[in-house]
Amino acid sequence: MKRQALLLTATVLAASIAASNAQAQTKPAGPPLKAEVIHWWTSGGESAAVKTLADAYRAAGGEWQDTAIALGEQARSVAINRIIGGKAPTAAQFNTTKQFYDIVDQGLLNNVDDVAIRDGWDKFLPEVVLNVIRVKGHYYAAPVNIHMPAWAWTSKAAFKKAGIKDDPKTMDELFADLDKLKAAGIVPLAHGGQGWQDNTVFTFVLSNVGGRELYLKLFRDRDPAAIKSDAFKNVLLTFKRLHNYVDKGSPGRNWNDATAMIITGRAGIQIMGDWAKGEFSLAKQEAGKDYGCVAGFGPKSLYVIQGDVMVFPRTSDPKQVAAQKLLASVITNPQTQVAFSMKKGSVPIRTDVDASKMDVCAQAGLAILKDKSRQIGNGESYITPDQNGALQDVISNYWNRDIPVEKVQKDIIAALRD
Amino acid sequence: MKRLLRQITPWTALLPLAATVLVGYLGAAVWSLYISMTSSRTFPSTNFVGLEQYERLFDNERWMLALHNLAIYGVLFILACVVIGFLLAVFIDQKVRGEGVLRVAFLYPYAMSFVATGLVWQWVLNPESGLQNAMQQLGWKDFTFDWIIDQDKAIYTIVIASVWQGAGLVMALMLAGLRGIDEEIWKAARLDGIPAWRVYLSIVLPMLGPTLATVFVLLSTAVVKAFDVVIAMTQGGPGTASDLPAKFIMDHLFGRANLGLASAGAMTMLLTVLIIVSPLLYVRSRRKEGRA
Repeated sequence: MKRQALLLTATVLAASIAASNAQAQTKPAGPPLKAEVIHWWTSGGESAAVKTLADAYRAAGGEWQDTAIALGEQARSVAINRIIGGKAPTAAQFNTTKQFYDIVDQGLLNNVDDVAIRDGWDKFLPEVVLNVIRVKGHYYAAPVNIHMPAWAWTSKAAFKKAGIKDDPKTMDELFADLDKLKAAGIVPLAHGGQGWQDNTVFTFVLSNVGGRELYLKLFRDRDPAAIKSDAFKNVLLTFKRLHNYVDKGSPGRNWNDATAMIITGRAGIQIMGDWAKGEFSLAKQEAGKDYGCVAGFGPKSLYVIQGDVMVFPRTSDPKQVAAQKLLASVITNPQTQVAFSMKKGSVPIRTDVDASKMDVCAQAGLAILKDKSRQIGNGESYITPDQNGALQDVISNYWNRDIPVEKVQKDIIAALRD
Repeated sequence: MKRLLRQITPWTALLPLAATVLVGYLGAAVWSLYISMTSSRTFPSTNFVGLEQYERLFDNERWMLALHNLAIYGVLFILACVVIGFLLAVFIDQKVRGEGVLRVAFLYPYAMSFVATGLVWQWVLNPESGLQNAMQQLGWKDFTFDWIIDQDKAIYTIVIASVWQGAGLVMALMLAGLRGIDEEIWKAARLDGIPAWRVYLSIVLPMLGPTLATVFVLLSTAVVKAFDVVIAMTQGGPGTASDLPAKFIMDHLFGRANLGLASAGAMTMLLTVLIIVSPLLYVRSRRKEGRA
């Protein structure tokens, strides 16, 4: 008993030293732990962000081998193919969704339970993130960041021209502003008509008009009664109403081209994830001064949690396992978290960080994130990629075509079937 | 012994190719067929579900729309390519001056990748920045050409871009065929006072049968695998309006982690190709036998 207690104290001591020294960890003896990481952070801001991870890992005594593959889909299929083929990387990026659950089911991932328990992930990670990375009691991924996909970005220049003083605070105000922008000859809603962007707008409307209950009933419960309800019908109709405010060039437009319309003041509002901040900062624009950010309406608005994780393919090579553990620990470390998110435009996965250097939008986001009742997962963290894709098809068709809302409700029920 | 060696040698030389065909093509096709009858998601699974994936596939509105689009795209693309390609070939065959330059100009689009073609046409057809905008700025205020953002017409813009790219190849093949036509036939026709268009239509075109068949096979395969041009131009949009089967399959293969459904789609496409191409191959093989 005594011996056990002693062992425990020793472990705790070691853990606390490791945690406090994570940044300036004593370099492990022998050659540095080599870690090959597959990811799809390839754009300017993204590679700057991933560099902070690499630097932190190096500082902790590792050797970072970067394998960047453009496009998430591509990077994920390369990772999966290499895992099957037996040449797995040390770590691979996935989204904070069920994307990697099939790999877990096949028993092809190592868990990082040691690190998670030692560093106390349960204490500081949002429930939503925990629910995704924890499968049957094991921690199969290290969360990297949190993106919120459904912000409303406003152009101060366009607002000024249309005579609007403040960012909208309710859905009604949003529509009033859109009308004013239209009257002033400005494109009211900068939107890229691609399936996932249509879906983003839908998420925005669902979380702000539908609220938490309905949101969970749709994605978590896939409850036909809720989908048939008047409340959900209202969400769909409000979503469709926004289509009146896009310009003719919208179909097929890339999201960053839509953001450029906000930057130049050609358009008033864009609904997009917080990665849009990367575009604003590239254009030397400042949050709160040149552009506004609205995370949601009202004091109960939801913070939709999306983001990236690192998974660790199965290996029995002790060096690789050690590298995986070191990586998991370095990635979730508070300093790395802030440094990464500042470059990436996301927010840290933990709220116990010093956010004073982050921009006003990120600070607002973190403030909301602190309230557990406002955290909610992105649709894809509840449903499978296939269901998510089918839902996106229905939503995107509804956005683009005149379809009776009752049929859309029926189609959504069908899309979310098993 | 020597004779045996001589007999074996060509077969040995062919072995790598034969192995590639057997394993790479046939093997992969059989594998896909098998996967299409399982409930595979991210990984191949052995859970046999019969024709369930096919039922799901043909119950899927988006897949049906993609097939519908493929029919429109296939018929229009092949027809337009053949007609335009043939006319261009006839035009060049008139011994026009600067033939070399024209030939290069017409064939040039084919040297461009479908992605580049798609991007260029996307810019040209974009109503905000492309042709429509240019014409309106030049003074034609009511000029509209916004098919690419129109649910019902987007697929036709993809036909336009593809024809622009593919017609040159048809021209080159047809021209080669035309040059192979015996001068004597033309002389005889001229002697009989038959107008040139009539000679082309009733004599030359039937003689170009084998060339036409080649063109048809080439264009058909281009239709079935059409993917990049859609990605570059519309990404299947607006909504799913310009979706094609290849894009549906790719979406489900990786992004949506549904190997089973994607394989069922791929098998359906393979079947379609076989149905279209096999009668043609059959006829050609019969003809060869007849000749021999």
